[in-house]
Amino acid sequence: MLRVDGLSTGYGHVQVLWDLSLNVEEGEFVALIGANSAGKTTLLKTISGVMRPWSGTVTFQGKRIDTMHPNEIVDLGLSHIPESRKLFTDMSVKENLEMGAYPRRTWKDRANTMRWVFELFPRLEERKNQLARTLSGGEQQMLAMGRGLMSRPKMVLIDEPSNGLAPIVVAEVFQILKSLHAEGITILLVEQNVRQTLQVADRAYVIENGRLVLQGACSFLQANEHVKKAYLAL
Amino acid sequence: MGKFALTKNRIVSLAILVVILVFLALLPTITKGYLVTLVADMMRYAVLTVAWVVFCAPTGYLSLATAAFYGLGFYVAAVFNGPLPFAVVIIIAGVVAFIVALLIGLLTLRLRGVYFTIFTFAVVLLVNNVVLEVERLVTGTRGRFVETETAQTAFYAMLVVLIATLLTAVLIRRSRYGLALQSIGEYEEAAAHSGINVVMTKVLVFATTSVFMGMAGAIIATRRTYIDPGIAFNMTTSFLPVLMAMFGGMGNLVGPVIGAAVFTYIGETLLTRFPDLYMLIFGVVLILAILFMPAGILGLGQQLWRKVKGGRRAPA
Repeated sequence: MLRVDGLSTGYGHVQVLWDLSLNVEEGEFVALIGANSAGKTTLLKTISGVMRPWSGTVTFQGKRIDTMHPNEIVDLGLSHIPESRKLFTDMSVKENLEMGAYPRRTWKDRANTMRWVFELFPRLEERKNQLARTLSGGEQQMLAMGRGLMSRPKMVLIDEPSNGLAPIVVAEVFQILKSLHAEGITILLVEQNVRQTLQVADRAYVIENGRLVLQGACSFLQANEHVKKAYLAL
Repeated sequence: MGKFALTKNRIVSLAILVVILVFLALLPTITKGYLVTLVADMMRYAVLTVAWVVFCAPTGYLSLATAAFYGLGFYVAAVFNGPLPFAVVIIIAGVVAFIVALLIGLLTLRLRGVYFTIFTFAVVLLVNNVVLEVERLVTGTRGRFVETETAQTAFYAMLVVLIATLLTAVLIRRSRYGLALQSIGEYEEAAAHSGINVVMTKVLVFATTSVFMGMAGAIIATRRTYIDPGIAFNMTTSFLPVLMAMFGGMGNLVGPVIGAAVFTYIGETLLTRFPDLYMLIFGVVLILAILFMPAGILGLGQQLWRKVKGGRRAPA
């Protein structure tokens, strides 16, 4: 479904990603793990069109998307749920969700989509008229995910949804990711919470310093000595 | 969003709007004097301020390019009024402003914050100088004469443009573009992730609102007999709508209209009563307004209203 081939990119003169390749099949739940500044967020930004690759290609459902604008990529059904939520804090929960349905393809049906999102996140329905800034951290993450789902994506890129949340809320977020996957949505998840990530995902890629160092089924990675030492503190 | 429901508040504000419009439509038949010119002037600033607010308030892009589009309207009127009917001239002014705003928008709207503001400021100077040079080469003169219209004609033309501006403003704010503009203002990157074509939305709305600035310029030009680039592209035209919007409040569209009307009236009164101290008093009034009415006249009104209501409720 998603193919990244020989991707290199960076900021200004600083190269962040080095010849990176990965692929995600339809219906898969794939994780991308690595330390801070490994280049995970940069990779997601390049896939969703916010950043441009220096070299290499990105294809989604057989279509080259690395020269497209972010809005065109969203329109194809690939939604990016950004790191640290990036909500419209002075707009209500409802308005934030409506903005997620902005593509013409999904705008008309936004009331129905919102009902579906409220089923996934009942808490958001209770708070639908509140300003986004007044939500708790967990609720804000739910709103960011809900907004990303409003464009009816076939696949979502999720960047560190557990960041800054209490352990009990983190567990809830992972539960939600599981149920999204059960709904048939393909997921590429970026996480630092390696232990829980390896429990929910099918496969994972490990990136260090902008390079792919390891990949495989999560069960394989859980047993890998390097992963154990560097990420699971075993 | 939602459907248009006729609530009690809506009926009241619609009624007030109709009364004001009828009054404005009849005004030139009641009096022919200074009042017509003054109200036309208020409407001119209402057009500029509302057009400015529609784009700049939700996005936070502070544009100072108003004078460029307004001044182009002056020149369209100077060239075409007379040979072509007045209504056609106004439409041409709108089209010219739209095209120029489209170009400027594509160039500048990738900039953010103060860089955008400075660039739009420079655009006015640039257009000013280009027109000056072109005039020097083509006509060999500094200014031009304009075929004039009566105060009444200008009044009605401005009224029509004002209504068009307000309608457009309401339509934009009620459509998904309204929310899109606001989300661009809050978080441009997140807006892009939501599937908004950020650049196109900004450029199109910027150009659309500039249409009315150009039209207002074409109308006002016909009340001057002579124009030159210094008159047409006066920077004050860029600054006043910003101040009027702050003065009136930018939360909705009533604020900018009230701000423009009151501001124009105060300015006019001070200018006639205290011609020497005009700018000084004006400046002090403005500073006081910004210090004590951060949400504008409208915000102050709402605050007072809440106090009155709260006061009634308190003893119960």
